[in-house]
Amino acid sequence: MSAETALLSTLFLPLVGMVLIWLTGKSPNLREAVTLTTSVILFAIVLSLLSDVLDGARPSVDLMEVMPGLSLSFEIEPLGMLFACIASGLWIVNSLYSIGYMRGNDEKKQTRFYMCFTVAISSAMGIAFAGNMFTLFVFYEVLTLSTYPLVAHKETEEAKQGARTYLGILIGTSIGLQLAAIIWTWIAAGTLDFTAGGILSGKVDPVLLPFLLALYMFGIGKAALMPFHRWLPSAMVAPTPVSALLHAVAVVKAGVFTVLKVVVYIFGIDFLAASGAANWLIWVAGFTLITASLVALSKDNLKARLAYSTVSQLAYIVLGAALANHYAILGGALHIATHALGKITLFMCAGAIYVATHKTEISDMQGLGRKMPFTFAAFCVGAFSIIGLPPLAGTWSKWYLVLGAAETGMLIVVAIYMISSLLNIAYLMPIVAKGFFRPAPELATASAGAAVAPSKSGIQEAPLLCVLPPCLTALGCFVLFFYADAVIALLRPIVE
Amino acid sequence: MLELFLDKYNYWIVIVLMLFGLYIVISRGNLVKKLVGLNVFQTSVFLFYISLAKAEGGTAPILTGKTELFSNPLPHVLILTAIVVGIATTALGLALVVRIQETYNTIEEDELEDLNVAVMKGEQDRIPGAEGEAR
Amino acid sequence: MIAAEHLPVLQVVGPLLAAPICSVLRIRNLAWFFTLIVSVGAFLCSLLLLQTVMESGPISYELGGWMAPLGIEYRVDASNGIVLLIISGISSVVLPFAKRSFEAEVPEKLHSLLYTAYILCLTGLLGITATADAFNVFVFLEISSLSTYVLVAAGSSIDRRALTAAYNYLILGTIGATFFVIGIGLLYMATGSLNMADIAVRLGTIAEIRTVDVAFAFIVVGLALKLALFPLHTWLPNAYTHAPSAVTAFLAATATKAAVYLMLRFSFTVFGTGSGLLAPMAGTVGIPLALAGMFAGSIAAIYQYNLKRMLAYSSVAQIGYMVLGFGLLSVTGVMATTLHLFNHALMKGALFMALGCVFVRIRSVHIADLSGIGRQMPWTMAAFVIGGLSLIGVPMTVGFISKWYLISAALEQEAWWLVALIVASSLLAVIYIWRVIEAAYLKAPPPGRAVAEAPLSMLIPTWVLVGANIYFGVDADFTVSVARAAAEGLVGVMQ
Repeated sequence: MSAETALLSTLFLPLVGMVLIWLTGKSPNLREAVTLTTSVILFAIVLSLLSDVLDGARPSVDLMEVMPGLSLSFEIEPLGMLFACIASGLWIVNSLYSIGYMRGNDEKKQTRFYMCFTVAISSAMGIAFAGNMFTLFVFYEVLTLSTYPLVAHKETEEAKQGARTYLGILIGTSIGLQLAAIIWTWIAAGTLDFTAGGILSGKVDPVLLPFLLALYMFGIGKAALMPFHRWLPSAMVAPTPVSALLHAVAVVKAGVFTVLKVVVYIFGIDFLAASGAANWLIWVAGFTLITASLVALSKDNLKARLAYSTVSQLAYIVLGAALANHYAILGGALHIATHALGKITLFMCAGAIYVATHKTEISDMQGLGRKMPFTFAAFCVGAFSIIGLPPLAGTWSKWYLVLGAAETGMLIVVAIYMISSLLNIAYLMPIVAKGFFRPAPELATASAGAAVAPSKSGIQEAPLLCVLPPCLTALGCFVLFFYADAVIALLRPIVE
Repeated sequence: MLELFLDKYNYWIVIVLMLFGLYIVISRGNLVKKLVGLNVFQTSVFLFYISLAKAEGGTAPILTGKTELFSNPLPHVLILTAIVVGIATTALGLALVVRIQETYNTIEEDELEDLNVAVMKGEQDRIPGAEGEAR
Repeated sequence: MIAAEHLPVLQVVGPLLAAPICSVLRIRNLAWFFTLIVSVGAFLCSLLLLQTVMESGPISYELGGWMAPLGIEYRVDASNGIVLLIISGISSVVLPFAKRSFEAEVPEKLHSLLYTAYILCLTGLLGITATADAFNVFVFLEISSLSTYVLVAAGSSIDRRALTAAYNYLILGTIGATFFVIGIGLLYMATGSLNMADIAVRLGTIAEIRTVDVAFAFIVVGLALKLALFPLHTWLPNAYTHAPSAVTAFLAATATKAAVYLMLRFSFTVFGTGSGLLAPMAGTVGIPLALAGMFAGSIAAIYQYNLKRMLAYSSVAQIGYMVLGFGLLSVTGVMATTLHLFNHALMKGALFMALGCVFVRIRSVHIADLSGIGRQMPWTMAAFVIGGLSLIGVPMTVGFISKWYLISAALEQEAWWLVALIVASSLLAVIYIWRVIEAAYLKAPPPGRAVAEAPLSMLIPTWVLVGANIYFGVDADFTVSVARAAAEGLVGVMQ
């Protein structure tokens, strides 16, 4: 299979999977087998492309011309390759977990759920491999639309409300701001191709440049820059595998990935740094970073706390992009990977806790660590990685981000990163601490509705398929710490 | 001033008729009267076309050899078409009025409006009820 | 080939002669089939015409062999070629759909007459578009309008409000047409010609500018009534709501489009340089009214519970987009208008047809009755969803192409505030479309309602339009190149 065919098949394979899932919807076992097989094959194809890209190849395909001069085209470059690896790799884990979670919770309409998932993955691949901003935008919108049914999955009034916010903000920002930015770029530069060094240099009035950047940054609603972050917490109503998809596998990662793409290939790092157009962004991202962490501290609902944590972690990456130097960009790209691994672990643990005990509030989780040791251990590892403690993957991305901040000489940015890391500890550690070190409350005092039958063996884990995946990703956090070099080797070309 | 009026008296007539017609259409509530107004309005346009093509002392352009002053026949012919269109419109309008009378038992605009609004209200009221059902 | 040179007139005369024949065909299936043949014939004509025009430039046809300024000329170039294609194409797609839809909504004995009115309406719209003679436009305008009133009134067996809607439409439509004819009279007074191109030439040579300005004002107001420019749109929501579904689909996709085309044609080709009013009017009246229509229409649509009425208000908003592109008076702006003419016909046609499918099955298009319909009529609602996405302007649908060019046109003139307003109003479409999607997919159907999917004869035409929505959204080369040729032909006069 040539690289070009492989590239296209990453887009179409999930869609084939979708059709098969639809056809096998009547028999759940077969259907889940299709999901898993598709995800494994997809990952294999993506990996097969990896070696080419490492060798410096840039396979590209021009699919078709949509409007004169604007075509749907794809090109693999290192950043996209990284995103594709994360999305397709974590899809496998997430599929395993979905099966455990959806069955464990007896969710309805599972066929629709798995079908939408495949479309979302397909569009994530499209985003990863997009060769120009237009193509990226197309798949960005497909991703939004295909995840809407997932967010609204429970079909309760609350789910509908959450999904409405989700869709409203994402469509609103993308059509309202991002599309305008893209057309502006198109008129100014005459092209939308992702080009090393950017395409805007000298094409846009320097006075207007910050505005164009603002249209992009706020227009990429998936990057959840304040004040357009509300969709993330409201999407919490979705089933946990969907939250994992949103937070780790595809959606927010697509957002920050787009941010990096725009900064690196549309503006160009050097041009952006020289023009100073991103100075305001440093403050906005810094504000988001700190504020979201503080909000996370105040949340008692575990998923809501994790959601705000994501908002804050995304701001790390946007801040890195705003710094616009080699280290910061590298750190930002690396943070996509490390945060994905860390956050998916945390979410899957949250889901496992919900499946096993139906508890959602952190204050109810006292002593749960003893009942669910594996889940909490994985949670602990994920949390450490997010905080950035060695020997976990999160260390490296923070390392590079702080290096980037130091290089610009803006000590306040370094300080922001440091304070936020402390806040990370403050909002993540109590969960682990409560789980392991506080005794479980007496049954009689357990809050109403959350009461569970007393365990017999003391251990009362969620089904295997809910527990295994977070343990795997937690392991991944370890492994990535030692192999971060490989990722950096992959990414280095984008900043050179 | 008077000169302006007298010189172009035909246009003044046209304008007055036109405004009369439009005013009737807007102000009358009776559907038949509205059609009458519409007719007056259209007729004013017919007059406009006819008078603008008429040359004073001119005759129909029949070539008899003698040099004569002819009126422009083209607008006159055009207006024949417009008259036909006007008749068709009136006929259709009246047919509709007949049907409205048959189904609503009235051809007064405000009464019709009330009847229609009542139906609309009924449709609107179904919204909260229907959502209650779904819950 | 002899037929080829007669094409411009053939596709108007064909339906015109067919109408009386159709009226005597008392068997309704025969009348339907006959209408279909006529419509498809006109469609093939328009395809051939557009192809010829794109290859070898405008085609002129002199009726009865009389030379142009004296005789009546039919003239087809890219700008009306595409409108002819829309009208005859939508008509041909709607007709197969119309058969079952009429059977469900209109008493049987009226069918053959209904098809007669349909053919006449088609004739009128094609005539308006093809002719290059100003008075001829009026005649065809009235042919199409009169038959439209009849078609709208045909909805009265379902809801008697169709009658009052048709009556109001008749009053306003006639006022509009009369204004138009006053304008033509004044133009004739000033120039002594009725041929559009000839008028344009003569306008360049005369000093008497006031008559021309008044003529321009009358014509624009008359056409604004016909194309339902806010605030002259009041006839439209009722007419579209109460007309039979197939009629609504046809009218929404074609009637206002022909009027928008006329507006373009008169503004640029006829008055282009002759009246100094065009540029100031477009900036101070056209654009503000277009914007007001975009917002008023979209906001009104959000509050509707009858979905046909909702889409009708959305049409008011969409007409705002077309007028906005026109008001920018640039090649890109007129391109956006022309593209949106075509694209909006596709999406509104598909949406109204999907509602027609729903109506056939559940006898209602009230949003409360659509609960859970998404599972019971999956294909119909899927069509509605795609049509709706297109209306919102999601990439890979035609709506996106229109939006792209409209925003480009605004950006070209560095009108940032316009860009902001365009995107803001297009987001309102998300709200009203999503209400329907939530009702259809996220609510449980009322207990005991068993609904089958719509009949294939209705589904297939609907999906043809849905397919076109996607096809022309993915591969817009054809539409964009025609729109560019059209816009250059129209606006080129100004430079």
